[in-house]
This record gives sequence, C-alpha cells and structure tokens, in this order.
Amino acid sequence: MADVVVPASARAAELIPARYRNPGDHFFKLVVLGLSSSIILLAVVMPVVLFIEAAPTFRAFGFMDFLTETTWDPVAAIHGAWPFVVGTLITSFGALLIAALPAIAVAIFVSEYAPKWLARVINYTVDLLAAIPSVVIGLWAIFNFAPMMRDLVYMPIYMWAIEEAEWLIPIIGAPSTYNLITATLILALMIVPYTVALSRDAIAQVPVEQREASWALGSTRWEVIRQAVLPYARTGIVAGLLLSLARGLGETMAVAMLIGNRNRMPFTLFGPAATMPSVIINEFREAVEPLHYSSTMAVGLYLFVVTIGINLLASYIQRKLSISKGVL
Amino acid sequence: MQNDTTDATATGTATSAATAQAPRHIATVNDKLQTPDGNTVRLETRDLSVRYGISTFGVQNISAQIYDQNVTALIGPSGCGKSTYLRALNRMHDLGTDIEVTGEVYLDGENLYAPKMDPVVVRRRVGMVFQKPTPFPTKSIYDNVAAGLRLVGVRNRATLDEVVEQSLKDAALWDEVKDRLRSPGGSLSGGQQQRLCIARALAVGPEVLLMDEPTSSLDPMATARIEELIQKLKHKVTIIIVTHNMQQASRVSDYTAFFYVGELVELGPTQEIFSNPRELRTQEYFSGEFS
Repeated sequence: MADVVVPASARAAELIPARYRNPGDHFFKLVVLGLSSSIILLAVVMPVVLFIEAAPTFRAFGFMDFLTETTWDPVAAIHGAWPFVVGTLITSFGALLIAALPAIAVAIFVSEYAPKWLARVINYTVDLLAAIPSVVIGLWAIFNFAPMMRDLVYMPIYMWAIEEAEWLIPIIGAPSTYNLITATLILALMIVPYTVALSRDAIAQVPVEQREASWALGSTRWEVIRQAVLPYARTGIVAGLLLSLARGLGETMAVAMLIGNRNRMPFTLFGPAATMPSVIINEFREAVEPLHYSSTMAVGLYLFVVTIGINLLASYIQRKLSISKGVL
Repeated sequence: MQNDTTDATATGTATSAATAQAPRHIATVNDKLQTPDGNTVRLETRDLSVRYGISTFGVQNISAQIYDQNVTALIGPSGCGKSTYLRALNRMHDLGTDIEVTGEVYLDGENLYAPKMDPVVVRRRVGMVFQKPTPFPTKSIYDNVAAGLRLVGVRNRATLDEVVEQSLKDAALWDEVKDRLRSPGGSLSGGQQQRLCIARALAVGPEVLLMDEPTSSLDPMATARIEELIQKLKHKVTIIIVTHNMQQASRVSDYTAFFYVGELVELGPTQEIFSNPRELRTQEYFSGEFS
C-alpha cells in the first residue's frame, strides 16, 4: 500500500466528487445578478415614471407642441418648454464653446510639455476643481463673481453699446446681476475639469509608436502633436466634449442660482433667463396644480432624453468610430 | 576587435567623391575616408554609450564604422543593446527621460551630438523605420508620404507629387497604390504599411535609414518583399538594420555587427562573420549556445 505512489491529481479526484460545486458560488452569482439587474431596472423605471407623470401635460398640449410652446404661465395654466430648452442649449453649448479650447490646451500642456511634477500639480488642481460642490461655486459667484462682472464688464459694454452700437442692445439687453452670460461662464468653469480629464485620457491613448514615427521624420514637438497626437486623439476628444456637454445640460444648482430665472422669451445675454433644470428646481415645490406638476415632469423627461441621447452618442463615437476605421 | 579597420581608415585617403561634394560640416574627423576594400565611411560612432538611469548601460563604448551604400545588420540576443545603439544614431534617446548618451556619432564627419546640432535636423538626415508599421492612420497614403516634406515647408503641388511618386516607387509600393493615393494609410495590409513607412522615410531624402526589426510583425511573403527592397535601396541610402533573425542578416546585409550584453563584440563583412567569426562569443552565439 505504502509503496504505491498515487499521483496527486488522482487522489484529488477521489476526495472531491467530480460534480462538486461550492454552494456559495451559486449564491454569490444570484446576489451579483440581483444587484446589477436592479440598476438596469432603475434606469428603465425612471423614464417610465417620468412619462406617466408627464402624461397629463402631453395630453393637454401634445408632445411636440409642449416642446415648442413659448409661454410658461402656471397661473393661466399654459405650459410650454421652449424657453427652457433654448436657455439650456445656450448655456450648455456656450459653456462648452468657452471651455473647450482652454481645456484641450491644458490637456496638451500637461501631457506633452509640462515636466512631471508640474503636470501632477496641474492635474491635481483640475481634479480639485471638479470636487467643489456646485452650490459652493454658485455661492461664490452670487456674492463675488456676478456683481463684479456686472459692474466691471456688462455695464461698461452696455453703456458703450447705447452710444456706439445700438444694434447690439436687443442681443445683450440691460444688465442684471444674475443673467444668462454669468450662468454660462460659471457652467464653463464647472465643465472644464471634465473636459481636461477626458481630453487627457484621449491623448494618453495615442500609441508611443505614433509619436516616435513623427519624431523620426524630423518633427518638432508641435509638429508631433499636430501630426500624430491630435489626429489619433481626435475621436476621444470629441467624445469627451460631448460628455462634458451632457454634464453641462444637467447641471442644476449653480445655474439655477445665477441665471435669474425668467420664464419668458426673448432672452438677452445680460438679462435673466431659465434652463430646464433651473425651472424644475424652482417650481417643483409650488407645483400644486396637477398640470403644473406634470409639466415640470415633462420638462424633466425632455432633459432626461437629451442627456441620455448625448451620452449614447459620445460612447458610440468612442467605441465605433475608432481610428482604425478612418472615420472622424 | 575594431582596431584593424580603424587603423586602415586612418591611413586612407579622401575619395574624389568626398572632395567634390562641398563639405558642410564643422568638425572633420574622417571626411569620407575610403577603406582598403573600397568602402566609404558614412557613419562612425566613437565610444558611444547609452545609460539608463544612473548605472544601467544599454550599450557601452561602441566604436564602429558604417559604410556607405551598404547594408549593415546589427544582431545579437534580446537585450544586447542593438536597438539601443540604433536609436542613438538618430537621437531618439533625446525623447526619453533618464537616458544619457555619451560619445560621438559622426555622419559624414559631422558630430550629431555636437551642442549646436539640432536633433530635429538629425532625424531628417537619419530616417527610421520601426518594428510595427506606423502609418498615420487618419492621413491618406499620399499625405503619409508627403508628411515629412510638408514638415520642411514643401508646399508646391508638383514637387510633392513627384517626390511622393518617386518615394513610393523606391519603396516598391507605387503599382499597388497609385490608383488609391487618397485612401487612408491604415487601409493597407501590414506589409504594404511597412513599405509605406519606408516610402515616408525616403521622401525626405535621408542619408542613412535605420530599420528596427522592420519585418518582425510581417508574414514571410511580406518579409521577402522588404528584404528585396533593402537590397535595392542600399544604392540610394546607407541602411542599418536591427534583426533578431540571423538568416535575414545573412540574406540582406553586407556587414554584420554582433552585440552582446551592451558591447559590440565583432563587426565585419557578413560572410566572414558568419563563416569565420573571430570572437569566441560570436561563434557560440551562432552555434546556439546562448540566445
């Protein structure tokens, strides 16, 4: 008996039944499955609930007519989302326009030019900016930034326009402290960290071979960036810009604090306006009338659809329009 | 190991070709000297060392001469420093951090590591082809080849057309792509991409072309085409090729340098190195005692 050497594997086969499965295996799988499906369920339930709650509004005004109706007057029971759609588009696209170039420049600087220690300092600071709660940024802007901009920038421009360029008046309007342009600027400040981080990631994806190929042709640093880095990172940067846009679309607190909350078109740059998130946060508490309530829900549904749409578009660009297919 | 050739060049005389060509260099070391076997020195390294960090040597004290219109193969086991040496020749190490290059590299008698020498200019004169084909994926075939020319400010359409066509012909790719110069470089096969990269490197008219294992990611057919191409190109440009494949070295090269643990063990005519190596370590490598 003792002198028969049984291979370890054979002994293991005797000890453990062939079909043995740890019962914990099954349990764990169920837990993980349950938790992940609850996330999916949430994502599905959310728009369904929004739609059900918004249904009275759509029944009263029509899905498209509610979108294009320019009056929002709860007292007269007339509700239209158009002013908020316009306000949201202006602030978020405006913010993206303002933020994009500086943010991409920062990303290029930290990945291509800055020495390691400086890149680390800048990255850390930018990340810190993203960590500031938006209500804090809003507070600072309410008490410092907005009055300062009104006195030092908007008023002088307005006074000058009255004298020299009267055609500008309908566009800029009389300066108020809380207005469209201030909200846009603050929104730009708030999406910069996202744009920087996402552009930085896109640039980091550029293979070292691409850079070296460009160097080996006798490129200078700028030429390497233009020839190898940016073309390769382009899709990633565009996707990053879209994600930043989606972030700007949904940003609520700081914008609601700064935009002045005027529900009626036309908007002017220096005058108050409103966005989809700002009208929701300002009116949901007072919305006692069923139609008023369902109208805020309907605005929420629009916002949800647009944000999801932009996020999907961004991930589509990131995944499908990859560099190898030569698109973008 | 290098002494005999060095002595020979020191007593050699400048060729008529060298004197006819106006010298543009500052420091003359051996202005295109001819060796007894009729070769002209194109590139020479003196005590070239590359150090990673403080103490790790990639290569140490490499003195070698590379002859014009010849193919020189750098062979040796992985990690022996052959690629490190190659990348020192067009100052690619400048781009890394914590890499120190000491010694001199003379191209036509001009020290590429002289303080006033611009590495960007060095890389235009010493072109490079990499292990993996690296076309710019978003650029068209045409724009890939023209990339280097545009860098030096060539805008004239006719000139660009001419150089692109000539470079693609030199790289034996013209017939395959002449009808689709506008399609992206990434749409070509691996072997075609590598020839595109060769065309791109040739377009700026380099004096030396460095090839870092250019066929290691290609199939045998594509490899054969590149090898054939190397044979043709050596009359236009001095070629230095790193290869881990000894058969390839024997097929394509006129001279072979054997590297081992950061040292240049032996450099000589390929036939001699393969049939009758002087150094024991070379013999051992060929007989497969280490790899």
